[in-house]
Amino acid sequence: MLTKRIIPCLDVKDGRVVKGVNFIDLKDAGDPVQIAAAYDKAGADELVFLDITASSDHRNTVVEMASRVADQVFIPFTVGGGIRTVEDFKALLRAGADKISINSAAIDNPSLISAAADKFGSQCVVVAIDAKRRDDGGFNIYKHGGRLDCGIDAVEWAMKAEKLGAGEILLTSMDCDGTKSGFDIELTRAISSVCSIPVIASGGAGSKEDFLDVLTDGGADAALAASLFHYKELEIMDLKEYLNNNSIPVRL
Amino acid sequence: MIAILDYDAGNINSVEKAFKILGEDTVLTRDFSVIERADRAVLPGVGSFSDAMSHIKKYELDKSINDFIASGKPFLGICLGLQVLFDYSDEGIGTEGLHVLPGQILRIPGEGGLKVPHMGWNSLEIKNNGRLFAGVKDQSFVYFVHSYYLKAEDPAIVKATCQYGVDIHASVEKDNVFACQFHPEKSSSVGLTILKNFANI
Repeated sequence: MLTKRIIPCLDVKDGRVVKGVNFIDLKDAGDPVQIAAAYDKAGADELVFLDITASSDHRNTVVEMASRVADQVFIPFTVGGGIRTVEDFKALLRAGADKISINSAAIDNPSLISAAADKFGSQCVVVAIDAKRRDDGGFNIYKHGGRLDCGIDAVEWAMKAEKLGAGEILLTSMDCDGTKSGFDIELTRAISSVCSIPVIASGGAGSKEDFLDVLTDGGADAALAASLFHYKELEIMDLKEYLNNNSIPVRL
Repeated sequence: MIAILDYDAGNINSVEKAFKILGEDTVLTRDFSVIERADRAVLPGVGSFSDAMSHIKKYELDKSINDFIASGKPFLGICLGLQVLFDYSDEGIGTEGLHVLPGQILRIPGEGGLKVPHMGWNSLEIKNNGRLFAGVKDQSFVYFVHSYYLKAEDPAIVKATCQYGVDIHASVEKDNVFACQFHPEKSSSVGLTILKNFANI
């Protein structure tokens, strides 16, 4: 049976993982390769690396990081952050990344979605959506790391992204992100019910129950979290045991 | 030496890296004479069926593949590299496969809310004593990404299946020809065991 996926997300700057990861057996808590290998062992189904390097001449650092991770770690991983062209896709895929996530670049230039999907296949094109609740109860998408309201409805954008060839949606609730009070079930449901591509829910994970809720009521195919896993507030295998006991298929 | 056949498909480097970590010598090539001298050959692949076939023909890899398989040396197709070994596919109507093995590649129906592509970790039902699966437990999880699936004509060559609305023939073995629909190079320790088994055949 196809399982629901549990995905740790790592923020990377200049090829180093920032917001340290609290694994006691790591020699270097900033090394993406060691952290990825530790998460593979810990039962993570996939990894997401989000590059937050500010400068624009950093592409080679990210490509080199992807290559070093792929040398040692044999589970799928996604790289996102600052990717703007089909050439960026090519370099990262050739380095060994399995999927590329795009956010602002897809909003500014939706044809990047179709160009990348045509060239490399939909399976590697992840459209990341940062969404925030409007006063009327709907959701708008934001770009530039959540700083700019695009005035575009999140559900409409997700449907358009799928139509253009996206293979997956990485959906972050800006309202819930960092609160540890649970995923935004309503937002996740709104997107997952209209998309026939997988949806990764992100933002707000604080407990095992939150994951159960978003994978059932939210209709998510996968759930992503960062600090919860990095600081060992929740062990991935404990979470998976819990989900399994609640009839959610997971890889154990 | 394991020859990894280069026809501009994606994920080629991941396959090479997986064999490297297992201590195997690899060469990424489309050169007929290099392939001929290799002990084993691997046809990886991500992309579309007709694109893959046109690249394989453009680089005259079809002849290399046929000759290599005829030599009796172990050959492994992965993902699209499995699909092109068969007769034809729903994807790329009018494009013929390599006809190495009898069977067809069909579109995953995706009925009952199942999403297509079939993407993620699914469990294998291991059967018929496949050599790739020595030491691999039944119901082990491996990583899949595909929208089309194999229906092999001869059930005896099917060594693993998985369920996704339909019965997917996930791995086959016929004499020296092996193939997996899933990605062993992305399937953590289970996948590395499968690749190691191939390297030891």
